[in-house]
Amino acid sequence: MSARSILFALALLPALAPQHAAAQDFLIRNATVHTATAQGTLPGTDVLVRGGKIAAVGKGLVAEGVEVVDAAGRPLTPTLFGGISGIGLEEVSSEIPTQDAALALGATAKDVVVRPEFDVTLAYNPDSILVPVARVEGIGFTLLTANTAPGGSIIGGQGAMVRLDGSPDTMGPKVLFVSLGGSAAELSGASRAGQWMLLDQLVSELRGEMPAELAHLTPAGRSVLKNYIGGGGRIVFEVNRAADIRQLLRWAAKHHLDIAISGGAEAWRLGAELAAAKVPVFVDALANLPANFDQIHATMENAARLRAAGVAVGFSLAGDSSHNARKNRQLAGNAVAHGLPWEDGLAGLTRVPAEAFGVADRIGSIAVGKSADLVLWSGDPLDVAHTARQVWMQGRAIPMRSRQTELRDRYLRPTPQPEQGQLPYAYPAR
Amino acid sequence: MLRLLSLALGAAALALGASPAVMAKKKAAPPAEPPAWTTDAYASTYRPVASAPVLISGATVLIGNGERLDGADVLLQEGRIAAVGVGLTAPAGALRVDGSGKWVTPGIIDNHSHLGVYSSPGTESHADGNEMVNPVTAQVWAEHSVWPQDPGFAAALAGGVTTLQLLPGSANLVGGRGVTLKNVPSVDVQGMKFPGAPYGLKMACGENPKRVYGQRGGPMTRMGNVAGYRAAFIEAQEYAKRRAGADPGKRDLKLDTLAAAMAGEIQVHIHCYRADEIALMLDLAREFEFRIASIHHGVEAYKIADRLAGQGVCASLWADWWGFKMEAFDGIQENLVMVDRPPNSCAIVHSDSPEGIQRLNQEAAKAMAAGRRAGIEVAPERAIRWLTQNPARSLGILDQTGTLEAGKMGDVVLWNGTPFSSYALAEKVWIDGALMYDRKDPARQPVSDFHLGQTDSQGGTP
Repeated sequence: MSARSILFALALLPALAPQHAAAQDFLIRNATVHTATAQGTLPGTDVLVRGGKIAAVGKGLVAEGVEVVDAAGRPLTPTLFGGISGIGLEEVSSEIPTQDAALALGATAKDVVVRPEFDVTLAYNPDSILVPVARVEGIGFTLLTANTAPGGSIIGGQGAMVRLDGSPDTMGPKVLFVSLGGSAAELSGASRAGQWMLLDQLVSELRGEMPAELAHLTPAGRSVLKNYIGGGGRIVFEVNRAADIRQLLRWAAKHHLDIAISGGAEAWRLGAELAAAKVPVFVDALANLPANFDQIHATMENAARLRAAGVAVGFSLAGDSSHNARKNRQLAGNAVAHGLPWEDGLAGLTRVPAEAFGVADRIGSIAVGKSADLVLWSGDPLDVAHTARQVWMQGRAIPMRSRQTELRDRYLRPTPQPEQGQLPYAYPAR
Repeated sequence: MLRLLSLALGAAALALGASPAVMAKKKAAPPAEPPAWTTDAYASTYRPVASAPVLISGATVLIGNGERLDGADVLLQEGRIAAVGVGLTAPAGALRVDGSGKWVTPGIIDNHSHLGVYSSPGTESHADGNEMVNPVTAQVWAEHSVWPQDPGFAAALAGGVTTLQLLPGSANLVGGRGVTLKNVPSVDVQGMKFPGAPYGLKMACGENPKRVYGQRGGPMTRMGNVAGYRAAFIEAQEYAKRRAGADPGKRDLKLDTLAAAMAGEIQVHIHCYRADEIALMLDLAREFEFRIASIHHGVEAYKIADRLAGQGVCASLWADWWGFKMEAFDGIQENLVMVDRPPNSCAIVHSDSPEGIQRLNQEAAKAMAAGRRAGIEVAPERAIRWLTQNPARSLGILDQTGTLEAGKMGDVVLWNGTPFSSYALAEKVWIDGALMYDRKDPARQPVSDFHLGQTDSQGGTP
């Protein structure tokens, strides 16, 4: 590379990829390293980061000329999963123009319009204020979801993993979202049985067995759905009732699908079957009430029982998971308080989602060669009593600032006294 | 049979008799003495479960008033807190509980719940929390909507909640009366009502009323909201004058409640998010001479924390809810600790949620952690006030519960460790000295009628 081209590259770099510009080599000394791998937790351990990746993990590492961060024995984890959310797809939940996570093309709420090709990642806004709000809490990645809505269908469309470092692009394979059960029954002729009818019709259509006048899919939709039917991509089914999960397992086995479950409030009742089918389940571990007739048997022990049966358990908040992504670690902590082993609690926030959605080669664990997406904590990361002290993504130290810390710092100042010549809060602090 | 019937009629006559008697007294009262607006025709029938004395020994005790005692004992006797201190002696027949390694706090109090009025399972038939027919429905009382079989009550009890206020929703400018309950299972709401607790009044600022009524005759704007409160209170002022005079005319339930708020007989609770709107509510209260017990939700309360404390107004807050609507856009996790900072402050953790009410202690822990990160350290003995003393104050029941001071109700929680943690679990919960929940003993865990017979497909109980 000529000197001129280097200069050119340097000049372009900050503009093209500011989020990567400041990646540097450093050594985190003396951390309690929670690897989220089979190695488990390594006390008094160092992690060396070079070129945005984890270069070494061990005791007493030596690295000349790199910055040293003294962890003083504090916990170091991979960045955490924010759950299945609409971060960057919504800004204010009640303001429809700020919402992009669902497609409703039907003329009326009852029109079934099936568009599996709908891809929410095209709407992803890396500048959303939700991104820094989540990441200063140690949340490093989330699975963008395509929601279902009246005027659409039980097939919400596609999403993918995104790293919350300001990068505009997603980082894993596309994932298809389907909603089942009582809350989705308005999209399937007022019966959950209609959901299996519709799904079977779509399979027939893919096989060319449906007359054109009864077809639901566009050519693009056929091509997308074909990929998933047959196991070419992960399908996330949002489903809670045990009976519906049982039907899902049968249907998925018949079509050799690669599925995951979100919600799964009654999944514990089918632990052995889910484990045998290798279906990861993303639970809201705080959903213990019979909030509706799909989850009469909800329990705080859902995660613990599923894991004991051999199921891979991850976490995702059922409610407003976008604004509350940071609450995901409270789910894990409470699951631990109700019987889930601690390492499995951490895995449900790191390795399990990374593996389920095709990004485990880069994130979700602390191991040599993995991306340096790391969080240093003030204490136990599964305990709400502690917070993230520093977050790194691809080796870059993330500024621990968000719109919320700006608001906090503005109003931490004493109330301005105009008589003393003090300007209102709206002026920058002197 | 006849005898039973006449007994029943007699009881009914007695119950009915109470109310006209008070009414008659009202009529006779001179105008200078304001009438009592809050005669309770649906009185509490709650009776505490009798229990032997209880001595919890050797625990970390958070009194609820800012004090902490380590290695201390708590003695409950005849349903009350008999003593708290080191080296207490158990009276004869006392039940002894080893508190070593554990923490004891007052029973948790949630001053903002919709359990029973928006129950689990959430069905259309049980959506009884918002009388969305008129922006001012001060005449409705939340207690007349309560489904006591809501499984959420038992779940809240497992989270240490011994007292809670059920409020109407926030669709209306004035939503109606709230009711304060002891968190005890009962077939009817009267069996849960906190004896002697004043009523609450639910009002709401901001987006909800204007969204609900914008296309239904208004209010359509925030200025319409304020005009609506003012019109209602002006009407109530005239009503109060008329009722106190020679020709009191017909009783009006709506205006009774508003008059009671102005007379200080009812605790006023206002759902209000934005700092600017909270400031307007403070002025509204001054204009109509009522006291605001607490601003609820108050996601921007941190912007005017000094003023709230200065005027003795509590703020009932979440730890981290934000962004679900414009008026929640400026929510920050330090809200509680920043509202707590000024002298004479009254910060409260509230739930507004059947999930949140089970873990108010963790909500406090989140706020404490956020505060620590911002350089504001809040000790556990102070933070516990957000869940006990301060909500009791806002409900007007601090003389009865909310701290572990001798003579108060024996409402007590034994925790497995510090309550301010993801791993905190309430192990035992006493209400009026009776063990009403024990995590290790299914015989001391209430089960709602709703859960009976909800078996798995093999007929077993999961």
